[in-house]
Amino acid sequence: MKEYDVIVIGGGPAGLAAAESACKAGAKTAVIEREARLGGILKQCVHDGFGLIRFGEKLAGPEYAERYIDFVKALPVDCYALTFVTRLVKEGEGFAVTCVSREGMLDFKAKSIVLATGCRERTAKQVLIQGTRPAGVFTAGTAQNFVNLMGKMPAKKCVILGSGDIGLIMARRLTLEGAEVEGVYEVKPEPSGLTRNIHQCLHDFGIPLHLSHTVTRVFGVDRLTAVEVAEVDDRMKPVKGTERIVECDALILSVGLIPENELAESMGVKINAFTKGPDCDQTYMTSVDGVFSAGNALNVFDLVDYVSECAADAGRNAAHPAPSGKCVRLERGKGILSYVPHRIDLGKPQDRVVFFFRSAKDMDRATLRILADGKEVYKKKFAFLRPPEMQRVEMDFSAFGLNAGSKLSVELEEN
Amino acid sequence: MNLKAIAKRVHKIAPSVKVEEYRGCVRLSGELESWDLIYRCGVAAVSKKSLGVLNDIKLKGFGEQPKKPSLRDDALEGSTPDVLIVGGGIMGCALARELSRLDIEVLLVEKANDVATGASSRNDGCIHPGIDLHLGQLKLHYVLRGNAMYEGLCKELGCDFERWAQTFMFSTKWERYIIAPLMLLKGKILGVPDMSFKSPAEMKKIEPHPPKWLTGAVYMASAGVVSPYKVTVALAENAVENGAKISLNTMVEGMEVKDGRIVSVSTNRGRVRPRIVVNAAGAYSDVIAEMAGDRTFTIHPRKGTDLILDKKKAYYALSSFARSYFAPLPKEAQEQTHAAVGHTKGGGVMRTVDGNILVGPNAVEQPYREDTSTSLDDVNAIIRKQKVAADELSAADIITYFAGVRAATYEEDFVVRKGIFTENVIETAGIQSPGITAAPAIACDVRDWVKEMLGAKERTGFDPVRRHTPKLAGLSDEERAEYIRRNPAYGEIVCRCEEVSKGEIIDALDSPLKVCTVDGIKRRVRPGMGRCQGGFCSPLVVKIIAEHEGIKPEDVLKGDEGSVILYGDSKKAAEVSE
Repeated sequence: MKEYDVIVIGGGPAGLAAAESACKAGAKTAVIEREARLGGILKQCVHDGFGLIRFGEKLAGPEYAERYIDFVKALPVDCYALTFVTRLVKEGEGFAVTCVSREGMLDFKAKSIVLATGCRERTAKQVLIQGTRPAGVFTAGTAQNFVNLMGKMPAKKCVILGSGDIGLIMARRLTLEGAEVEGVYEVKPEPSGLTRNIHQCLHDFGIPLHLSHTVTRVFGVDRLTAVEVAEVDDRMKPVKGTERIVECDALILSVGLIPENELAESMGVKINAFTKGPDCDQTYMTSVDGVFSAGNALNVFDLVDYVSECAADAGRNAAHPAPSGKCVRLERGKGILSYVPHRIDLGKPQDRVVFFFRSAKDMDRATLRILADGKEVYKKKFAFLRPPEMQRVEMDFSAFGLNAGSKLSVELEEN
Repeated sequence: MNLKAIAKRVHKIAPSVKVEEYRGCVRLSGELESWDLIYRCGVAAVSKKSLGVLNDIKLKGFGEQPKKPSLRDDALEGSTPDVLIVGGGIMGCALARELSRLDIEVLLVEKANDVATGASSRNDGCIHPGIDLHLGQLKLHYVLRGNAMYEGLCKELGCDFERWAQTFMFSTKWERYIIAPLMLLKGKILGVPDMSFKSPAEMKKIEPHPPKWLTGAVYMASAGVVSPYKVTVALAENAVENGAKISLNTMVEGMEVKDGRIVSVSTNRGRVRPRIVVNAAGAYSDVIAEMAGDRTFTIHPRKGTDLILDKKKAYYALSSFARSYFAPLPKEAQEQTHAAVGHTKGGGVMRTVDGNILVGPNAVEQPYREDTSTSLDDVNAIIRKQKVAADELSAADIITYFAGVRAATYEEDFVVRKGIFTENVIETAGIQSPGITAAPAIACDVRDWVKEMLGAKERTGFDPVRRHTPKLAGLSDEERAEYIRRNPAYGEIVCRCEEVSKGEIIDALDSPLKVCTVDGIKRRVRPGMGRCQGGFCSPLVVKIIAEHEGIKPEDVLKGDEGSVILYGDSKKAAEVSE
């Protein structure tokens, strides 16, 4: 049985960054990846725009992944590809990891674990689309895999539901590859994706964006032949009488990402209701001592650069894990959709805490406030906030005078 | 039979309908504007003294185009099987396997591209105890026998089977003291084994999360659960292993009947001259019976929708349970539930053999035999209705839902008999719920009839044990390691949610009834059945099928012909290959 200080589960951008920093922090480190190649979802993201913050240049997804693969390959990190974790249990002071691979069943031991398991896409049925079950209904990521990794076209004329970034990227990609995108339909009154993607992927290609619209039904017995679209009211329920049939051969869905935390949950890791990822402290340690969470499994990020940053911190902390001490919970106040970390561990460094958050709605000129025991201890102004765009703020929590009985909360106010 | 009384009942619903006696059956004809009226006329025409209801009332303006395979060849032309089975649902496949015990030639034809594509894959897999049936019903006879057969059958077929029991839960004191003893008495009369009363404290040991309103429950230990599509496929595979032939994409188009005998059966793959035809055509069983000149019943399709919840919610139900329908629902739930209540026990909440929670079904009468589309009203109604039984139920837990069409007759019973007007036909028709439970027992009777009719002998060398790879994720680490040592592809996980390996997928592609479609593989080894619904694994499954079969990815279908997944190379890929 091989023993490691840190085992990172997942070899995407988060896992690679975590492994690099854990190893550099002196830990004997391994990465376990279920796919044949490292890189995660970046392998199929052939568009550019990755790495502006991290590397100061615009890279394509595979190029960004390649840099981190090279970093990790240059270090004494063991990488197990095509290896799938079937069981993760606490054992003594550490963890026992059981995997299945072509070599057989592999058993590892680790002092700490970084869960970098990414996220999955919400499906058609999970947004309650009704009708038949034809071929031609794809999540955007699956369509992207077909087009970019297999070089095959899943559509000739399609409708895209959801204006999340992958949906927007796929609208452009499919258009460039010769398919027709009839339109992008978004149930919310504002787009879900980054503003730059609305411009570069839809406007530049003349693809209409229908806000406050949804797809209610699909038609076709063998292959999809049409979808029914309808306007929605302010509770996002379809309005009777506004239904319209759109003939097409594919429906592509970009209706949200769900952090993958089945392994985490199997260990009793507490999940945060708003991020759908583990509840964590400022070192990205979850509610189970020694288990860290990083990347989109922790919190669905908009930029891979932030994924790498948070994962690098998680990996570094996992190399020298400290048990959970007295914590102060950071409560969610008004105007905030989701955030990490969720608690500040008073026994761990608090001077350079990276705080990520999303606003609950579009806001012009807003103030972010941290309140400690009713007092404002931190304030920062933002010119413009949109829920799809994650904000990053560095804070010195040690200056806030926290003690075990402190009440801590974060809120956003529009000015 | 009292035709006058029947006509009076029918005419109260629709005065224009012609009511007549035809060969011992009650025949209705005419044209009406609503399916509800036609259905109600059919129900009103039921009489114990007739052979059955022939409801030929037309729905104005209605026409359903049945799905037909486009394939036309003469692969079956001139073939002379001893027995031709029409339909590849659980009934047809159970028949094929039972008949393969005899030294005869068996041919099963199925119009779809796989077996188990109709109601057999669109139900909850419940192995019923039989408590909701009545003395004298064929259903009761076959359900009790079928239920008792399942354990042994699943062992032979290598399918999962669990007797997780069923509970009927009471919400009031009076149900506990009046309904419970009556139910136990009914069980005794019907011959349902292993029934008992459980107090709330005893139930807590069986279901750790019982509903708050529970006052007691009737516990039926004989109830079980299987994966209905897996059992159907397994029956078919074992039949093929024992020499039965299965011809997919093959549709019966007509029969030549002369002097009370079927002389030949025409299909899109040629004319077959069987000695005996067994009708196992499900929702089309009345159409096939009509072709054979032996129809005494009418199928009125009844759609049911089931919801599947994430395995994470498995703690909702360790068995299968339903709230007793004798006590009225709480007032606010009453109206909301109205829409979901139809001709069914009302469905319930159950744990499937794969560990998901399944909620439903409802029951909706419809003229379509093949419309298995779902609607938001049905899905919402099921959630609202079953929320009464399982208060933690939430739409957010749903990973998918599906609908199936039950092949119900107006008599609400199975039609299992030798031909009345045609001597070489056997009817196994109207096999709707609890058809999964009953089918193996029905098949045994039909085997005996065939044996006698043909004077057939037992086949030597019949092997009831299906060759198969066990579900590897369910094995111990040591057993699993041994499989991987023999074939490393067993160590390559393709479907992360259901933990299905590449090796298991390839085994399915090499199985005796090989169906190289994404749905075919899904039906056999379940990749894509988990919470991501194939989001991650479907490209891999397409690739594995294409590589293994030596075809292009764009030639891999989802299911039946026309269910194209990919349209060929992207521009970029085309450039690169040039």
